[in-house]
Amino acid sequence: MFSLINWFRFASPQTFYPLAGRMMPWFFGVAAGLAAAGLYIGFFVAPTDAQQGQVYRVIFIHVAASWLSMFIYLVMAGWAAIGLALNTRLSFMMARALAPTGAMFAFLSLWTGALWGKPTWGAWWVWDARLTSELILLFLYLGVMALQAAIDDPRRGDRAGALLAIIGAINVPIIYFSVIWWNTLHQGASVSVTRAPSMAKTMLWGMLLMSLACWMYSIAMCLARARCIMLEREKHTGWVAELAGGGR
Amino acid sequence: MKPRHKRFAFIAAGVVCLGVAVALVLNAFQSNLVFFHSPSDVIAGTAPKDRTIRIGGLVQTGTVKRVGDGLTVQFDVTDTVKTIAVAYLGTLPDLFREGKGVVVQGRMRPDGVFQASEVLAKHDENYMPPDAAHAVEQAQKAAKTIQ
Repeated sequence: MFSLINWFRFASPQTFYPLAGRMMPWFFGVAAGLAAAGLYIGFFVAPTDAQQGQVYRVIFIHVAASWLSMFIYLVMAGWAAIGLALNTRLSFMMARALAPTGAMFAFLSLWTGALWGKPTWGAWWVWDARLTSELILLFLYLGVMALQAAIDDPRRGDRAGALLAIIGAINVPIIYFSVIWWNTLHQGASVSVTRAPSMAKTMLWGMLLMSLACWMYSIAMCLARARCIMLEREKHTGWVAELAGGGR
Repeated sequence: MKPRHKRFAFIAAGVVCLGVAVALVLNAFQSNLVFFHSPSDVIAGTAPKDRTIRIGGLVQTGTVKRVGDGLTVQFDVTDTVKTIAVAYLGTLPDLFREGKGVVVQGRMRPDGVFQASEVLAKHDENYMPPDAAHAVEQAQKAAKTIQ
């Protein structure tokens, strides 16, 4: 029971606001460090691919962005579910803070994929199951954000957006397994938990470092955005007034 | 049951119902969601006839040749069991290679040759530096000689 009480203490915006402020620069710093290392390995250390030549190097951004776009959606839906079940204000704020970052990664994934697809496949875009379901993911992000913003009462907007976020979560396993379930033009996964990765070590390292960098960046951005949302929502409370007064 | 437990159960049940519904729908659409058919499907007649379809497989080694006007390329697409001859007029993608994956879009001609209007190279999930690729090739050749 003790651990529960401890957790709920941080569910209050008043305690979470300063904590988020302290954690944010660290996550930004680690993200920058990992991205520098990942990009260096990706563009200077990793060898060229035997079949594709240099164009394969888009994976260092493409794969990281795709993973994050799916993962952030699940985390967002998770916060939305917690918010609906427990009625905690902060959960909804986290869900709201995650959506734009997830949408950005989904867009980045589609865009870098198109840049790679033209020279490799010979087409910018094809309607195969993997590409189409990822496009639906982008639309789901935009839909969640639009729904949240369309309803004036923020708490009702939260609940409507949360419902859509949870329903849309069904799309994430479809994206992930689409290359196994159907014949797709998109290749299967090179990295999987059940077998050894089918790519050279240095390429893999560059990809993993970039993924971690994107992950840390997402956390930092989510905290930064959540802080703004907290101030906006709690502007009538004592602690925000105190904060604003203290800044003067 | 506390109200919040009830809400949790309600959400979980909702997600499970939705998951089952989507699984059934996807199952019903199974054959329409495939991006391409294999040569075996086409020859067995399970792929749609008399309309534009896509066929996916490997480009049979040694079958790529220019025919007639010198612009049309002809090659065989195989799934290692059945093979279909494909004719295509246009530029091939960079990754089009013998022995590598390809997806061709078009329709069957009466003479049994597949007239492609679009050729897409299909890349596999293997990424390796050129020297590693060379080593793999050598190993495969060696294995063949032993056989």
